[in-house]
Amino acid sequence: MNKTVRIVLNGQEREVAAGSMLASALLTLGVRGFRRSVKGELRGPLCGMGVCQECRVTVDGRPHSKCCMIVCRDHMKVETE
Amino acid sequence: MTRRDCEVLVLGAGPAGIAAACCAGESGRQVILTDENPACGGQIWRAQRGAMHTRADVQHAADLWLTRLGRCGASVLSGATAFDADAALHFVRFETDRGVEEIHYSALILATGARERLLPFPGWTRSGVYAAGGLQALVKGGFRIDGQRILVAGTGPLLLAAAGMLGAHGGEVLMILEQAGWRSLTRFGLHLAGFPDKLLQAATLMVQAGVVPYRPGWWVCEAGGNGPLEWVAITDGKRTVRVDCDMLALGYGLVPNSELARLMGCRTTGSSAAPGAHFVDVDARQKTSLDGVFACGEITGIGGAELSLAEGSVAGYAACGHWHEVDRVAPLRNCLARQVHAMDSAFALRDELRAAVTPDTLVCRCEDVPAAELAGFGSWREAKLGSRCGMGPCQGRTCGPAVEFVWGWSAESVRPPITPVRLGSMSDQP
Ligand SMILES: Cc1cc2nc3c(=O)[nH]c(=O)nc-3n(C[C@H](O)[C@H](O)[C@H](O)COP(=O)(O)OP(=O)(O)OC[C@H]3O[C@@H](n4cnc5c(N)ncnc54)[C@H](O)[C@@H]3O)c2cc1C
Ligand code: FES
Repeated sequence: MNKTVRIVLNGQEREVAAGSMLASALLTLGVRGFRRSVKGELRGPLCGMGVCQECRVTVDGRPHSKCCMIVCRDHMKVETE
Repeated sequence: MTRRDCEVLVLGAGPAGIAAACCAGESGRQVILTDENPACGGQIWRAQRGAMHTRADVQHAADLWLTRLGRCGASVLSGATAFDADAALHFVRFETDRGVEEIHYSALILATGARERLLPFPGWTRSGVYAAGGLQALVKGGFRIDGQRILVAGTGPLLLAAAGMLGAHGGEVLMILEQAGWRSLTRFGLHLAGFPDKLLQAATLMVQAGVVPYRPGWWVCEAGGNGPLEWVAITDGKRTVRVDCDMLALGYGLVPNSELARLMGCRTTGSSAAPGAHFVDVDARQKTSLDGVFACGEITGIGGAELSLAEGSVAGYAACGHWHEVDRVAPLRNCLARQVHAMDSAFALRDELRAAVTPDTLVCRCEDVPAAELAGFGSWREAKLGSRCGMGPCQGRTCGPAVEFVWGWSAESVRPPITPVRLGSMSDQP
Protein backbone atom coordinates (compact mmCIF):
# COMPACT_ATOMS: atom_id res chain seq x y z
CA MET A 1 0.00 0.00 0.00
CA ASN A 2 2.58 2.56 1.12
CA LYS A 3 5.06 1.94 -1.68
CA THR A 4 6.95 4.91 -3.00
CA VAL A 5 8.93 5.73 -6.12
CA ARG A 6 11.69 8.31 -6.54
CA ILE A 7 11.41 11.10 -9.04
CA VAL A 8 14.03 13.77 -9.76
CA LEU A 9 12.35 17.15 -9.33
CA ASN A 10 14.43 20.07 -10.59
CA GLY A 11 17.58 18.07 -9.94
CA GLN A 12 16.62 16.84 -6.45
CA GLU A 13 15.52 13.31 -5.63
CA ARG A 14 12.06 13.20 -4.03
CA GLU A 15 9.91 10.33 -2.81
CA VAL A 16 6.32 10.16 -4.02
CA ALA A 17 3.51 7.61 -3.63
CA ALA A 18 3.79 4.81 -6.16
CA GLY A 19 0.99 4.93 -8.71
CA SER A 20 0.09 8.55 -8.02
CA MET A 21 -0.46 11.02 -10.84
CA LEU A 22 2.44 13.41 -11.35
CA ALA A 23 0.36 16.59 -10.88
CA SER A 24 -1.04 15.19 -7.62
CA ALA A 25 2.41 14.14 -6.39
CA LEU A 26 3.91 17.58 -7.12
CA LEU A 27 1.04 19.32 -5.30
CA THR A 28 1.53 17.01 -2.29
CA LEU A 29 5.24 17.98 -2.31
CA GLY A 30 4.12 21.62 -2.04
CA VAL A 31 4.86 22.72 -5.61
CA ARG A 32 2.50 25.57 -6.54
CA GLY A 33 4.20 27.02 -9.64
CA PHE A 34 4.13 24.47 -12.46
CA ARG A 35 4.53 26.72 -15.49
CA ARG A 36 4.94 30.40 -16.20
CA SER A 37 2.24 32.07 -18.31
CA VAL A 38 3.09 34.24 -21.34
CA LYS A 39 3.00 37.34 -19.12
CA GLY A 40 5.00 35.68 -16.34
CA GLU A 41 2.35 34.52 -13.82
CA LEU A 42 3.01 31.24 -12.02
CA ARG A 43 0.28 28.73 -12.77
CA GLY A 44 -0.72 25.31 -11.51
CA PRO A 45 -3.26 22.57 -12.28
CA LEU A 46 -6.84 23.68 -12.81
CA CYS A 47 -9.00 21.05 -14.55
CA GLY A 48 -7.16 17.88 -13.45
CA MET A 49 -8.40 16.17 -16.62
CA GLY A 50 -6.16 17.16 -19.51
CA VAL A 51 -8.18 20.08 -20.86
CA CYS A 52 -6.80 23.38 -19.53
CA GLN A 53 -3.06 22.90 -20.20
CA GLU A 54 -2.13 24.79 -17.01
CA CYS A 55 -0.20 21.88 -15.48
CA ARG A 56 2.42 21.58 -18.21
CA VAL A 57 5.98 20.73 -17.07
CA THR A 58 9.01 19.09 -18.64
CA VAL A 59 9.04 15.30 -18.13
CA ASP A 60 12.13 13.31 -19.14
CA GLY A 61 13.18 16.11 -21.44
CA ARG A 62 9.79 16.42 -23.11
CA PRO A 63 8.49 19.98 -22.62
CA HIS A 64 4.77 20.90 -22.32
CA SER A 65 3.77 17.55 -20.80
CA LYS A 66 0.37 17.63 -19.08
CA CYS A 67 1.34 16.12 -15.75
CA CYS A 68 -2.28 15.53 -14.66
CA MET A 69 -2.37 12.72 -17.23
CA ILE A 70 0.96 11.07 -16.32
CA VAL A 71 1.53 8.38 -13.70
CA CYS A 72 4.74 8.79 -11.63
CA ARG A 73 7.52 6.36 -12.57
CA ASP A 74 10.76 5.60 -10.79
CA HIS A 75 13.62 7.93 -11.91
CA MET A 76 11.25 10.21 -13.84
CA LYS A 77 12.97 13.58 -14.38
CA VAL A 78 10.66 16.53 -13.88
CA GLU A 79 11.35 20.22 -14.36
CA THR A 80 8.91 22.91 -13.21
CA GLU A 81 9.17 26.70 -13.23
CA MET B 1 1.71 5.51 -37.99
CA THR B 2 0.07 2.15 -37.35
CA ARG B 3 -3.33 1.15 -38.68
CA ARG B 4 -5.91 -1.12 -37.06
CA ASP B 5 -9.43 -2.21 -37.96
CA CYS B 6 -12.41 -3.05 -35.79
CA GLU B 7 -16.16 -3.47 -36.02
CA VAL B 8 -17.13 -1.12 -33.20
CA LEU B 9 -14.85 1.70 -32.02
CA VAL B 10 -15.81 3.35 -28.73
CA LEU B 11 -14.31 6.71 -27.84
CA GLY B 12 -14.15 7.55 -24.14
CA ALA B 13 -14.01 5.00 -21.30
CA GLY B 14 -16.35 6.69 -18.81
CA PRO B 15 -19.61 5.01 -17.73
CA ALA B 16 -21.22 5.62 -21.15
CA GLY B 17 -18.32 4.21 -23.18
CA ILE B 18 -17.82 1.25 -20.83
CA ALA B 19 -21.51 0.28 -21.03
CA ALA B 20 -21.44 0.65 -24.83
CA ALA B 21 -18.30 -1.50 -25.14
CA CYS B 22 -19.80 -4.20 -22.86
CA CYS B 23 -23.06 -4.42 -24.82
CA ALA B 24 -21.32 -4.45 -28.21
CA GLY B 25 -18.66 -6.92 -27.02
CA GLU B 26 -21.26 -9.29 -25.51
CA SER B 27 -23.09 -9.15 -28.85
CA GLY B 28 -20.05 -10.79 -30.39
CA ARG B 29 -18.61 -7.75 -32.12
CA GLN B 30 -14.92 -6.99 -32.26
CA VAL B 31 -14.67 -3.85 -30.12
CA ILE B 32 -11.89 -1.36 -29.31
CA LEU B 33 -12.49 0.99 -26.37
CA THR B 34 -10.13 3.99 -26.22
CA ASP B 35 -9.42 6.75 -23.72
CA GLU B 36 -6.89 9.52 -23.20
CA ASN B 37 -6.49 8.60 -19.55
CA PRO B 38 -4.03 5.93 -18.38
CA ALA B 39 -6.99 3.90 -16.99
CA CYS B 40 -10.70 3.30 -17.66
CA GLY B 41 -13.44 4.88 -15.56
CA GLY B 42 -14.07 8.40 -16.84
CA GLN B 43 -14.67 11.28 -14.46
CA ILE B 44 -16.57 9.40 -11.80
CA TRP B 45 -14.79 6.04 -11.65
CA ARG B 46 -11.34 7.52 -12.23
CA ALA B 47 -8.81 5.10 -10.75
CA GLN B 48 -8.11 5.84 -7.12
CA ARG B 49 -4.37 6.30 -6.87
CA GLY B 50 -2.93 6.45 -3.42
CA ALA B 51 -6.18 8.01 -2.18
CA MET B 52 -8.04 6.62 0.77
CA HIS B 53 -11.81 6.58 0.49
CA THR B 54 -14.20 5.84 -2.29
CA ARG B 55 -17.86 5.70 -1.45
CA ALA B 56 -18.84 2.08 -1.24
CA ASP B 57 -21.78 2.35 -3.66
CA VAL B 58 -19.66 4.10 -6.29
CA GLN B 59 -16.90 1.53 -5.92
CA HIS B 60 -19.45 -1.26 -6.20
CA ALA B 61 -20.90 0.06 -9.47
CA ALA B 62 -17.41 0.63 -10.86
CA ASP B 63 -16.29 -2.91 -9.91
CA LEU B 64 -19.36 -4.48 -11.52
CA TRP B 65 -18.92 -2.65 -14.80
CA LEU B 66 -15.14 -2.99 -14.98
CA THR B 67 -15.46 -6.74 -14.36
CA ARG B 68 -18.09 -6.97 -17.08
CA LEU B 69 -15.79 -5.00 -19.38
CA GLY B 70 -12.94 -7.40 -18.68
CA ARG B 71 -15.12 -10.34 -19.73
CA CYS B 72 -16.87 -8.89 -22.78
CA GLY B 73 -13.96 -9.37 -25.15
CA ALA B 74 -13.43 -5.68 -25.97
CA SER B 75 -9.81 -4.58 -26.24
CA VAL B 76 -8.88 -1.44 -24.35
CA LEU B 77 -6.47 1.19 -25.65
CA SER B 78 -5.59 3.62 -22.84
CA GLY B 79 -3.44 6.73 -23.07
CA ALA B 80 -4.69 7.40 -26.60
CA THR B 81 -5.91 10.90 -27.42
CA ALA B 82 -8.25 11.21 -30.41
CA PHE B 83 -7.20 14.30 -32.36
CA ASP B 84 -8.60 13.84 -35.87
CA ALA B 85 -11.32 11.82 -37.59
CA ASP B 86 -12.96 11.34 -40.95
CA ALA B 87 -16.60 10.22 -41.08
CA ALA B 88 -16.50 9.48 -44.83
CA LEU B 89 -13.42 7.26 -44.58
CA HIS B 90 -14.48 5.76 -41.21
CA PHE B 91 -11.37 6.36 -39.16
CA VAL B 92 -10.21 8.16 -36.02
CA ARG B 93 -6.59 9.12 -35.38
CA PHE B 94 -5.04 8.88 -31.95
CA GLU B 95 -1.80 10.10 -30.49
CA THR B 96 -0.19 7.58 -28.14
CA ASP B 97 3.22 7.15 -26.51
CA ARG B 98 4.16 4.90 -29.40
CA GLY B 99 3.16 7.38 -32.10
CA VAL B 100 0.00 7.85 -34.14
CA GLU B 101 -2.61 5.08 -34.47
CA GLU B 102 -5.33 5.20 -37.08
CA ILE B 103 -8.31 3.00 -36.22
CA HIS B 104 -10.84 2.14 -38.91
CA TYR B 105 -14.36 1.16 -37.83
CA SER B 106 -17.70 -0.06 -39.15
CA ALA B 107 -19.60 1.65 -36.33
CA LEU B 108 -18.37 4.44 -34.06
CA ILE B 109 -19.69 5.28 -30.59
CA LEU B 110 -18.76 8.71 -29.23
CA ALA B 111 -18.72 8.87 -25.42
CA THR B 112 -16.26 11.68 -24.72
CA GLY B 113 -18.14 13.09 -21.72
CA ALA B 114 -18.01 16.63 -20.37
CA ARG B 115 -15.69 19.13 -18.72
CA GLU B 116 -16.42 21.87 -16.20
CA ARG B 117 -17.50 25.36 -17.15
CA LEU B 118 -15.41 28.03 -15.42
CA LEU B 119 -16.15 31.76 -15.35
CA PRO B 120 -13.48 34.45 -15.02
CA PHE B 121 -13.12 36.99 -12.20
CA PRO B 122 -10.09 38.83 -10.80
CA GLY B 123 -7.53 36.36 -9.48
CA TRP B 124 -9.04 33.16 -10.93
CA THR B 125 -5.70 32.32 -12.58
CA ARG B 126 -3.91 32.10 -9.21
CA SER B 127 -2.40 28.80 -8.28
CA GLY B 128 -4.71 27.29 -5.62
CA VAL B 129 -7.86 27.97 -7.66
CA TYR B 130 -9.13 24.66 -9.06
CA ALA B 131 -12.08 23.37 -11.00
CA ALA B 132 -14.16 21.52 -8.37
CA GLY B 133 -14.16 18.21 -10.24
CA GLY B 134 -10.55 18.92 -11.18
CA LEU B 135 -9.57 19.09 -7.52
CA GLN B 136 -11.48 15.83 -6.96
CA ALA B 137 -9.54 14.25 -9.82
CA LEU B 138 -6.23 15.48 -8.38
CA VAL B 139 -7.16 14.08 -4.96
CA LYS B 140 -8.09 10.74 -6.54
CA GLY B 141 -4.68 10.92 -8.19
CA GLY B 142 -3.00 11.08 -4.79
CA PHE B 143 -2.99 14.81 -3.82
CA ARG B 144 -3.10 14.90 0.01
CA ILE B 145 -5.34 17.74 1.21
CA ASP B 146 -5.50 16.98 4.95
CA GLY B 147 -6.35 20.12 6.90
CA GLN B 148 -6.51 22.40 3.85
CA ARG B 149 -9.22 25.08 4.10
CA ILE B 150 -11.36 24.76 0.96
CA LEU B 151 -14.13 26.99 -0.32
CA VAL B 152 -16.44 25.33 -2.86
CA ALA B 153 -18.35 27.67 -5.19
CA GLY B 154 -20.31 27.74 -8.43
CA THR B 155 -23.57 26.03 -9.26
CA GLY B 156 -25.36 22.70 -9.49
CA PRO B 157 -25.47 19.40 -7.59
CA LEU B 158 -21.87 18.50 -8.40
CA LEU B 159 -20.70 21.11 -5.88
CA LEU B 160 -22.23 18.94 -3.16
CA ALA B 161 -20.60 15.81 -4.54
CA ALA B 162 -17.24 17.62 -4.63
CA ALA B 163 -17.61 19.02 -1.11
CA GLY B 164 -18.55 15.59 0.26
CA MET B 165 -15.58 13.96 -1.41
CA LEU B 166 -13.06 16.63 -0.38
CA GLY B 167 -14.32 16.48 3.21
CA ALA B 168 -13.98 12.69 3.26
CA HIS B 169 -10.33 13.07 2.20
CA GLY B 170 -9.45 15.31 5.11
CA GLY B 171 -10.07 18.71 3.55
CA GLU B 172 -11.76 21.34 5.74
CA VAL B 173 -14.67 22.51 3.59
CA LEU B 174 -15.46 26.02 4.86
CA MET B 175 -18.67 26.58 2.90
CA ILE B 176 -20.48 25.83 -0.34
CA LEU B 177 -21.61 28.86 -2.36
CA GLU B 178 -24.45 28.17 -4.84
CA GLN B 179 -24.99 31.09 -7.20
CA ALA B 180 -28.66 30.17 -7.74
CA GLY B 181 -30.89 31.72 -5.09
CA TRP B 182 -33.16 29.78 -2.69
CA ARG B 183 -36.14 31.00 -4.67
CA SER B 184 -34.82 29.57 -7.89
CA LEU B 185 -34.00 26.26 -6.17
CA THR B 186 -37.36 25.87 -4.44
CA ARG B 187 -39.47 27.16 -7.35
CA PHE B 188 -38.49 24.04 -9.21
CA GLY B 189 -39.40 21.87 -6.28
CA LEU B 190 -35.79 21.20 -5.48
CA HIS B 191 -34.91 20.54 -1.93
CA LEU B 192 -31.47 19.34 -1.07
CA ALA B 193 -32.82 15.94 -0.12
CA GLY B 194 -34.48 15.64 -3.51
CA PHE B 195 -31.37 15.49 -5.67
CA PRO B 196 -31.59 12.31 -7.71
CA ASP B 197 -28.13 10.91 -7.31
CA LYS B 198 -27.26 8.66 -4.40
CA LEU B 199 -23.81 10.09 -4.53
CA LEU B 200 -24.97 13.41 -3.24
CA GLN B 201 -26.44 11.97 -0.09
CA ALA B 202 -23.30 12.23 2.01
CA ALA B 203 -22.81 15.87 1.18
CA THR B 204 -26.50 16.56 1.58
CA LEU B 205 -26.44 15.08 5.06
CA MET B 206 -23.38 17.13 5.90
CA VAL B 207 -25.20 20.28 4.81
CA GLN B 208 -28.41 19.35 6.62
CA ALA B 209 -26.50 18.57 9.79
CA GLY B 210 -25.00 22.05 9.59
CA VAL B 211 -21.44 20.78 9.35
CA VAL B 212 -20.87 22.81 6.19
CA PRO B 213 -22.81 26.01 5.47
CA TYR B 214 -24.66 25.88 2.12
CA ARG B 215 -25.27 29.38 0.82
CA PRO B 216 -27.60 29.81 -2.16
CA GLY B 217 -27.45 33.26 -3.75
CA TRP B 218 -23.72 33.76 -3.07
CA TRP B 219 -20.79 33.71 -5.47
CA VAL B 220 -17.05 34.48 -5.61
CA CYS B 221 -15.99 37.87 -7.02
CA GLU B 222 -12.23 37.90 -6.34
CA ALA B 223 -9.39 35.54 -5.46
CA GLY B 224 -6.42 37.19 -3.78
CA GLY B 225 -3.03 36.48 -2.29
CA ASN B 226 0.62 37.23 -2.56
CA GLY B 227 1.26 34.75 -5.38
CA PRO B 228 -0.76 31.61 -4.63
CA LEU B 229 -4.31 31.91 -3.27
CA GLU B 230 -4.71 33.24 0.30
CA TRP B 231 -8.26 34.62 0.39
CA VAL B 232 -11.42 35.00 -1.65
CA ALA B 233 -14.03 37.76 -1.70
CA ILE B 234 -17.61 36.46 -1.80
CA THR B 235 -20.80 38.41 -2.41
CA ASP B 236 -24.59 38.09 -2.55
CA GLY B 237 -24.84 41.27 -4.62
CA LYS B 238 -25.36 43.46 -1.55
CA ARG B 239 -22.54 42.57 0.83
CA THR B 240 -18.99 41.49 0.04
CA VAL B 241 -17.06 39.46 2.60
CA ARG B 242 -13.46 38.23 2.64
CA VAL B 243 -12.74 34.62 3.58
CA ASP B 244 -9.22 33.23 4.17
CA CYS B 245 -8.64 29.85 2.56
CA ASP B 246 -6.01 27.62 0.95
CA MET B 247 -8.03 26.36 -2.00
CA LEU B 248 -10.97 27.44 -4.08
CA ALA B 249 -12.93 24.73 -5.92
CA LEU B 250 -15.10 26.19 -8.68
CA GLY B 251 -17.66 24.77 -11.06
CA TYR B 252 -20.40 26.43 -13.09
CA GLY B 253 -21.91 23.31 -14.61
CA LEU B 254 -20.60 21.05 -17.34
CA VAL B 255 -19.88 21.54 -21.04
CA PRO B 256 -19.83 18.53 -23.41
CA ASN B 257 -16.55 17.49 -25.06
CA SER B 258 -18.18 17.43 -28.48
CA GLU B 259 -15.27 18.80 -30.54
CA LEU B 260 -14.53 15.51 -32.31
CA ALA B 261 -18.25 14.97 -33.04
CA ARG B 262 -18.45 18.48 -34.50
CA LEU B 263 -15.28 17.97 -36.52
CA MET B 264 -16.86 14.85 -38.06
CA GLY B 265 -20.00 16.78 -38.89
CA CYS B 266 -22.49 15.46 -36.31
CA ARG B 267 -25.36 17.86 -35.80
CA THR B 268 -25.32 19.58 -32.39
CA THR B 269 -27.66 21.86 -30.47
CA GLY B 270 -26.76 24.73 -28.18
CA SER B 271 -28.83 26.21 -25.38
CA SER B 272 -28.88 29.71 -23.95
CA ALA B 273 -29.19 28.14 -20.49
CA ALA B 274 -25.88 26.33 -21.05
CA PRO B 275 -23.42 28.78 -22.61
CA GLY B 276 -20.67 27.13 -24.62
CA ALA B 277 -22.40 23.75 -24.71
CA HIS B 278 -22.87 22.02 -28.08
CA PHE B 279 -24.78 18.83 -27.30
CA VAL B 280 -24.67 16.09 -29.93
CA ASP B 281 -28.14 15.39 -31.37
CA VAL B 282 -29.23 11.74 -31.15
CA ASP B 283 -32.41 9.80 -31.94
CA ALA B 284 -34.12 7.21 -29.71
CA ARG B 285 -31.41 4.71 -30.67
CA GLN B 286 -28.58 7.12 -29.76
CA LYS B 287 -27.72 7.51 -33.45
CA THR B 288 -26.29 10.89 -34.49
CA SER B 289 -27.06 12.70 -37.73
CA LEU B 290 -24.28 10.62 -39.38
CA ASP B 291 -24.84 7.01 -40.45
CA GLY B 292 -22.93 4.50 -38.36
CA VAL B 293 -22.03 7.10 -35.71
CA PHE B 294 -23.67 6.88 -32.27
CA ALA B 295 -23.29 9.09 -29.21
CA CYS B 296 -24.06 8.53 -25.53
CA GLY B 297 -23.39 9.97 -22.11
CA GLU B 298 -22.75 13.58 -21.27
CA ILE B 299 -21.84 14.74 -24.79
CA THR B 300 -25.57 14.38 -25.54
CA GLY B 301 -26.81 16.14 -22.37
CA ILE B 302 -25.76 16.46 -18.74
CA GLY B 303 -27.47 13.78 -16.71
CA GLY B 304 -25.18 11.92 -14.32
CA ALA B 305 -23.50 8.54 -14.39
CA GLU B 306 -26.63 6.36 -14.25
CA LEU B 307 -28.11 8.01 -17.33
CA SER B 308 -24.75 7.72 -19.10
CA LEU B 309 -24.73 3.97 -18.41
CA ALA B 310 -28.28 3.56 -19.72
CA GLU B 311 -27.53 5.56 -22.87
CA GLY B 312 -24.30 3.64 -23.38
CA SER B 313 -26.19 0.32 -23.23
CA VAL B 314 -28.67 1.53 -25.86
CA ALA B 315 -25.83 2.80 -28.08
CA GLY B 316 -23.84 -0.45 -27.72
CA TYR B 317 -26.76 -2.64 -28.83
CA ALA B 318 -27.89 -0.18 -31.50
CA ALA B 319 -24.42 -0.13 -33.06
CA CYS B 320 -24.79 -3.92 -33.53
CA GLY B 321 -28.36 -3.67 -34.82
CA HIS B 322 -29.72 -5.66 -31.85
CA TRP B 323 -33.10 -3.98 -31.69
CA HIS B 324 -34.65 -6.42 -29.20
CA GLU B 325 -31.96 -5.53 -26.70
CA VAL B 326 -32.34 -1.84 -27.50
CA ASP B 327 -36.06 -2.07 -26.69
CA ARG B 328 -35.22 -3.86 -23.45
CA VAL B 329 -32.81 -1.20 -22.12
CA ALA B 330 -34.41 1.96 -23.56
CA PRO B 331 -37.21 2.37 -20.96
CA LEU B 332 -34.70 2.80 -18.11
CA ARG B 333 -32.91 5.49 -20.10
CA ASN B 334 -36.18 7.30 -20.82
CA CYS B 335 -37.19 7.26 -17.17
CA LEU B 336 -33.82 8.57 -15.91
CA ALA B 337 -33.74 11.27 -18.61
CA ARG B 338 -37.10 12.67 -17.48
CA GLN B 339 -35.97 12.90 -13.85
CA VAL B 340 -32.70 14.57 -14.66
CA HIS B 341 -33.86 17.22 -17.08
CA ALA B 342 -36.58 18.37 -14.72
CA MET B 343 -33.92 20.18 -12.69
CA ASP B 344 -31.89 21.85 -15.47
CA SER B 345 -33.39 25.31 -15.22
CA ALA B 346 -32.97 25.62 -11.45
CA PHE B 347 -29.28 26.34 -11.91
CA ALA B 348 -29.42 28.99 -14.67
CA LEU B 349 -26.44 31.36 -14.37
CA ARG B 350 -27.30 34.75 -12.87
CA ASP B 351 -26.50 37.93 -14.82
CA GLU B 352 -24.39 39.41 -12.01
CA LEU B 353 -21.69 36.82 -12.70
CA ARG B 354 -20.83 38.81 -15.83
CA ALA B 355 -20.22 41.89 -13.72
CA ALA B 356 -17.46 40.06 -11.83
CA VAL B 357 -15.31 40.35 -14.99
CA THR B 358 -13.30 43.60 -14.58
CA PRO B 359 -11.27 45.09 -17.50
CA ASP B 360 -8.04 43.62 -16.06
CA THR B 361 -9.48 40.13 -15.54
CA LEU B 362 -7.61 37.59 -17.68
CA VAL B 363 -10.12 35.77 -19.86
CA CYS B 364 -7.80 33.54 -21.90
CA ARG B 365 -5.35 31.78 -19.58
CA CYS B 366 -3.20 30.41 -22.40
CA GLU B 367 -2.49 33.76 -24.05
CA ASP B 368 -3.12 36.00 -20.99
CA VAL B 369 -5.74 38.15 -22.73
CA PRO B 370 -7.56 40.54 -20.37
CA ALA B 371 -11.24 41.42 -20.81
CA ALA B 372 -10.34 44.99 -21.86
CA GLU B 373 -8.69 43.65 -25.02
CA LEU B 374 -11.94 42.00 -26.12
CA ALA B 375 -13.85 45.29 -26.16
CA GLY B 376 -14.89 46.42 -29.62
CA PHE B 377 -14.96 43.00 -31.31
CA GLY B 378 -18.23 41.68 -32.73
CA SER B 379 -17.66 37.92 -32.83
CA TRP B 380 -15.53 35.12 -31.42
CA ARG B 381 -13.67 34.93 -34.73
CA GLU B 382 -12.83 38.63 -34.77
CA ALA B 383 -11.80 38.52 -31.12
CA LYS B 384 -9.56 35.50 -31.72
CA LEU B 385 -7.75 37.04 -34.65
CA GLY B 386 -7.50 40.47 -33.03
CA SER B 387 -6.51 39.49 -29.48
CA ARG B 388 -5.36 35.82 -29.66
CA CYS B 389 -8.07 34.94 -27.10
CA GLY B 390 -8.72 31.19 -27.46
CA MET B 391 -5.71 30.68 -29.76
CA GLY B 392 -3.46 28.98 -27.20
CA PRO B 393 -2.94 25.26 -26.57
CA CYS B 394 -6.31 24.63 -24.86
CA GLN B 395 -7.91 25.93 -28.06
CA GLY B 396 -10.56 27.88 -26.22
CA ARG B 397 -11.83 24.88 -24.21
CA THR B 398 -11.59 26.91 -21.00
CA CYS B 399 -12.33 30.48 -22.14
CA GLY B 400 -14.84 29.58 -24.90
CA PRO B 401 -17.84 28.88 -22.65
CA ALA B 402 -16.94 31.92 -20.52
CA VAL B 403 -16.74 34.18 -23.57
CA GLU B 404 -20.09 32.87 -24.78
CA PHE B 405 -21.65 33.62 -21.39
CA VAL B 406 -20.13 37.09 -20.95
CA TRP B 407 -20.04 38.41 -24.54
CA GLY B 408 -22.58 36.14 -26.22
CA TRP B 409 -20.22 34.94 -28.97
CA SER B 410 -20.45 31.26 -29.75
CA ALA B 411 -17.50 29.19 -30.87
CA GLU B 412 -16.73 28.74 -34.53
CA SER B 413 -16.28 25.47 -36.38
CA VAL B 414 -13.71 22.93 -35.18
CA ARG B 415 -10.52 22.14 -37.08
CA PRO B 416 -8.02 19.32 -36.66
CA PRO B 417 -6.06 18.59 -34.59
CA ILE B 418 -8.73 19.09 -31.91
CA THR B 419 -6.03 19.00 -29.23
CA PRO B 420 -2.32 19.89 -29.45
CA VAL B 421 -0.24 17.02 -30.84
CA ARG B 422 3.49 16.59 -31.10
CA LEU B 423 5.20 17.87 -34.19
CA GLY B 424 4.84 15.38 -36.99
CA SER B 425 1.67 13.64 -35.78
CA MET B 426 -0.48 15.57 -38.24
CA SER B 427 1.65 14.78 -41.27
CA ASP B 428 2.34 11.17 -40.30
CA GLN B 429 0.79 8.96 -43.04
CA PRO B 430 0.02 5.24 -42.83
C1 LIG C 1 -14.61 16.96 -13.55
C2 LIG C 1 -15.86 16.18 -13.27
C3 LIG C 1 -16.09 15.65 -12.00
C4 LIG C 1 -17.24 14.93 -11.72
N1 LIG C 1 -17.45 14.44 -10.45
C5 LIG C 1 -18.59 13.75 -10.18
C6 LIG C 1 -18.86 13.23 -8.88
O1 LIG C 1 -18.08 13.40 -7.95
N2 LIG C 1 -20.02 12.56 -8.67
C7 LIG C 1 -20.93 12.37 -9.68
O2 LIG C 1 -21.99 11.77 -9.45
N3 LIG C 1 -20.69 12.82 -10.90
C8 LIG C 1 -19.56 13.51 -11.18
N4 LIG C 1 -19.35 14.02 -12.44
C9 LIG C 1 -20.34 13.73 -13.45
C10 LIG C 1 -19.99 12.35 -13.98
O3 LIG C 1 -18.67 12.40 -14.42
C11 LIG C 1 -20.77 11.99 -15.11
O4 LIG C 1 -22.12 11.89 -14.71
C12 LIG C 1 -20.34 10.68 -15.77
O5 LIG C 1 -19.01 10.35 -15.49
C13 LIG C 1 -20.51 10.85 -17.23
O6 LIG C 1 -20.07 9.71 -17.91
P1 LIG C 1 -19.62 9.77 -19.41
O7 LIG C 1 -19.23 8.39 -19.73
O8 LIG C 1 -20.67 10.43 -20.22
O9 LIG C 1 -18.37 10.75 -19.48
P2 LIG C 1 -16.97 10.80 -18.70
O10 LIG C 1 -17.01 10.06 -17.44
O11 LIG C 1 -16.60 12.23 -18.70
O12 LIG C 1 -15.98 10.00 -19.69
C14 LIG C 1 -15.54 10.52 -20.90
C15 LIG C 1 -14.17 9.95 -21.21
O13 LIG C 1 -13.80 10.34 -22.53
C16 LIG C 1 -12.43 10.60 -22.58
N5 LIG C 1 -12.13 11.51 -23.68
C17 LIG C 1 -12.66 12.73 -23.92
N6 LIG C 1 -12.14 13.27 -25.03
C18 LIG C 1 -11.24 12.37 -25.52
C19 LIG C 1 -10.38 12.35 -26.65
N7 LIG C 1 -10.33 13.36 -27.53
N8 LIG C 1 -9.59 11.26 -26.82
C20 LIG C 1 -9.63 10.21 -25.96
N9 LIG C 1 -10.44 10.18 -24.88
C21 LIG C 1 -11.23 11.24 -24.66
C22 LIG C 1 -12.12 11.22 -21.23
O14 LIG C 1 -10.76 11.03 -20.89
C23 LIG C 1 -13.07 10.48 -20.29
O15 LIG C 1 -12.44 9.41 -19.64
C24 LIG C 1 -18.19 14.75 -12.74
C25 LIG C 1 -17.97 15.27 -14.02
C26 LIG C 1 -16.82 15.98 -14.30
C27 LIG C 1 -16.61 16.56 -15.69
S1 FES D 1 -4.68 20.37 -14.95
FE1 FES D 1 -5.71 20.94 -16.78
S2 FES D 1 -4.53 19.91 -18.27
FE2 FES D 1 -3.64 19.20 -16.44
